[in-house]
Amino acid sequence: MLALQMYQSPAKYAAGRALTAASSVLRTTMPGLRIGPMVPLRLVQLDEPRIDRPGWARVRPRLSGICGSDLGMLTGSTSLYFSSLVSLPAVPGHEIVGDLLDDCEDLPAGTRVVMDSVLACEARGVDLCANCAAGRTNLCDRITVGHLPPALQTGFCTGTGGGWGQVMSVHRSQLHAVPDELDDERAVLVEPLACAVRLAERAQVPDGGTVLVSGAGAVGLFAVLALRELTRAGRIMVVAKHSRQRELAKAFGATDLINPDETMRAVRRATGAHRVSGLTLRAGPGAISTQVYQEPDMLLGGVDVAVDCVGSAASLDLAMRCTRAGGRVVLSGMPGPGVDLSPAWFRELELAGTYASSGEAFPTALRLAAAAPLDGLVSGRYPLQRWREALDHAHSVGSLGGVKVCFDARPARGRRYP
Amino acid sequence: MSRPGFVLEVDDRTPPLVVHEGEGFRMERFPLGTRVVYPPESLPGIRDVRGAVRNALEHPEGSEPLRELLFAGMRLTIAFDDVSLTLPPMRKPDLRQIIIEEVLRLAAAAGVDDVQIIAANALHRRMTEDEIRDIVGERVFRSFYPTGDLYNHDAEDADNLLHVGVTEHGEDVEINRRAAESDLLVYANINLVAMDGGHKSVPIGLASYKSLKHHHNSHTMVHSRSFMDHTRSAMHHSAWRMGRVLREHLKIFTVETTVNNDVFDGPLGFFNKREWEWSVRDQAAMLAARRGLAVAPSGLTHNIYASWRAPYGLTGVHAGETEAVHTKTVAAVHKQQLVEVQGQSDVLVLGVPYVCPYNVNSIVNPILAACMGLGYYFKSYVGAPVVRRGGAVILYHPVPWEFNQLHHPSYVDFFEEVLTVSTDPAVVEAKFETQYATDPWYIHQYRTSHAYHGVHPFYMWYWIAHALDHVDDVIWVGANRKSVERMGFRAASSLRDALEMASSTVGRDPSITYLRNPPHLLADVKA
Repeated sequence: MLALQMYQSPAKYAAGRALTAASSVLRTTMPGLRIGPMVPLRLVQLDEPRIDRPGWARVRPRLSGICGSDLGMLTGSTSLYFSSLVSLPAVPGHEIVGDLLDDCEDLPAGTRVVMDSVLACEARGVDLCANCAAGRTNLCDRITVGHLPPALQTGFCTGTGGGWGQVMSVHRSQLHAVPDELDDERAVLVEPLACAVRLAERAQVPDGGTVLVSGAGAVGLFAVLALRELTRAGRIMVVAKHSRQRELAKAFGATDLINPDETMRAVRRATGAHRVSGLTLRAGPGAISTQVYQEPDMLLGGVDVAVDCVGSAASLDLAMRCTRAGGRVVLSGMPGPGVDLSPAWFRELELAGTYASSGEAFPTALRLAAAAPLDGLVSGRYPLQRWREALDHAHSVGSLGGVKVCFDARPARGRRYP
Repeated sequence: MSRPGFVLEVDDRTPPLVVHEGEGFRMERFPLGTRVVYPPESLPGIRDVRGAVRNALEHPEGSEPLRELLFAGMRLTIAFDDVSLTLPPMRKPDLRQIIIEEVLRLAAAAGVDDVQIIAANALHRRMTEDEIRDIVGERVFRSFYPTGDLYNHDAEDADNLLHVGVTEHGEDVEINRRAAESDLLVYANINLVAMDGGHKSVPIGLASYKSLKHHHNSHTMVHSRSFMDHTRSAMHHSAWRMGRVLREHLKIFTVETTVNNDVFDGPLGFFNKREWEWSVRDQAAMLAARRGLAVAPSGLTHNIYASWRAPYGLTGVHAGETEAVHTKTVAAVHKQQLVEVQGQSDVLVLGVPYVCPYNVNSIVNPILAACMGLGYYFKSYVGAPVVRRGGAVILYHPVPWEFNQLHHPSYVDFFEEVLTVSTDPAVVEAKFETQYATDPWYIHQYRTSHAYHGVHPFYMWYWIAHALDHVDDVIWVGANRKSVERMGFRAASSLRDALEMASSTVGRDPSITYLRNPPHLLADVKA
């Protein structure tokens, strides 16, 4: 089968990391560097992944989304924390909608399915850990043991294959049948929607509470949707850079749309907070000239809950500075290094991570996917052979007016590409 | 002998003319037939300023001499115009310093001990120590500031405001308690333009928001035609009503001064002269200034302009009963600034300079640029606007998208939040004014830092309401396109482009009038 394979390349990883650490100008003006020769990804012919154990079956992906975490791994911007939780080489891709090729317990071959990507105890054939026993499979403590190589989820595991290949292996515990009325382009969004459902749980928004969502990519937009549908949030303020993102955020339930460089002022106005400024009044020599220096500001007061859907140090820093004392900051984007945690200490903020999904999140996400205005969110479908274009598109999808870019790994017949 | 104002009609021989545009200027060639309105030349300044002040205090209008109003054991309060006057700031000694010193001299002679001096800054920002010292002088500052007897008025200090009464129109008159409860309030004014002074001094300068909102609103501003003629200004009518209520409760002794048109001299003296009369020296100075400003870093340019002190000369000082004094003051201002202009034009061209009452020691943000151009300069008329109803205004200013967070925190929010919803003064007033006026952070900044009150950008926007109501097109030459679009205007890269853009409003052969100020002028338009 044809597949895109991520492989181990310390040199490319180091180069990608160096570029990530370089100036934002270089990163944004030369995206080709990140998506081109520095990416440890190759198009290869592989044997189909087969796991001959109970509950496992093959799935042929129809569509497989490109997630921010995939781009992070490929461009070296992910924390080294995860290095022992992946096994390489691996076929990426964990946001999929596909067809079962084999019968899988109660699901007959041919069933259209979506996948909860976490490779938890049940899939690994080990006794359930405490978290899995409690239904919190996303917090599984056995993700490095069992019959599978270490991997936090499908797409980062040598043994299972992934959505960026023509066939992959999936365990019954990961599968959810897709209702007929849900088309593929909505179904491929179910996995990120399930993550957003989990996010909404973790946010613990008080009734009528004010929420700041920083970032309006797929993660941020789905966070807005889930917060609006599943919580009693009052005002949902969304930091959105691009016009299409602003339109979608509004459609998903945002009340306020904020330009990135206006965030703190907008939050201050909305919440009646006081802004503590690094402004300095200085009398010039011999004159009464006033000079003003601006240092990072913070709010005393602010939103009840801030959700960082970007994952950069700057966005998390801003989220913490805009959250009221005792408020909650939810880390939804994969966090970067170098964050100043002083606000968390000083304002007694609750920092809450939210990772993947578990329990009822998928059924809820399936309902959301059917009801929400998601048409047109998949803005690019690419064959595996055009992976550089696909990654380039995914890297700039927000500025290009899109939300999600997908691979369509099926044979050419009957496919539609942009 | 100074020459009167002058209206030039541009012909083939007319050289390029100075047009101010923020912290810079350009030499512009105007279309043939353009009328250029020049202010009168400077009247000679009074040499013995202190003597003139003493004489005014001794021989007041409609009042006993100040000396007779002072007595031991009385409460005397002196209020003075804040840093927004003069423009540019005048060279030392400031006229307010001389007035205050002379009042204090008489007070000391009369045995008055209880004296407080208050900057009448209304909802303007608190002045810094240096700025207060600059106005009142070192001696007064050292004597009164350390003891807390010289301070900025606080329009949000409820304990120190007094509701004096209401006018026959139901307008609240609420001013500084110390001033209201004094046996005598002396007001030291500099009347730079005809809008200033009179009952605008105490009822506005020492007022609270509750009182100010009766006349600082979009309706009143649209119906002030113009601010420079208090007999036809709804804002002034309201202030006059309040002043008459105050008069029943409080003895006010007003001292008003007027200055000549000596805004620039020395290396910038060419700004004060008519271009075709420039000497070789003036032309060299112009070239040096133009080239120098073009290559200088923006910080240096800003400092050059910000540190400029105008060599204003005193043309008159009158003291006594407010209205009697103001009549003479207005006459003196008219004598210096009034220029007769025959008929309105289709297009009004204005160069917006670096000065504005609300950016002293700061920067001109987009709202202030609009206020200066469409508020103050557009309204530099008596009789009728220089431009006809439905005409176009073309302004020169770079309108950079920048704000001083220290002085103008609510301006940034106004620009980012309010103007994205609406640019209609009545709509923004109805939808947002209360929110901004009562925002606790703005109030805190106003009271403890050096920030304009939260409601102040609304007043600036109301200030331009008359212009927005009167003309159909506003185009900025050389402006940041995004900034002016946010305000609902358009940007052009040159005067030709601007006229082309305005052609849909005023046709292809419009009559054009350019008001060549500063120096200050007041167009007496005979419609």
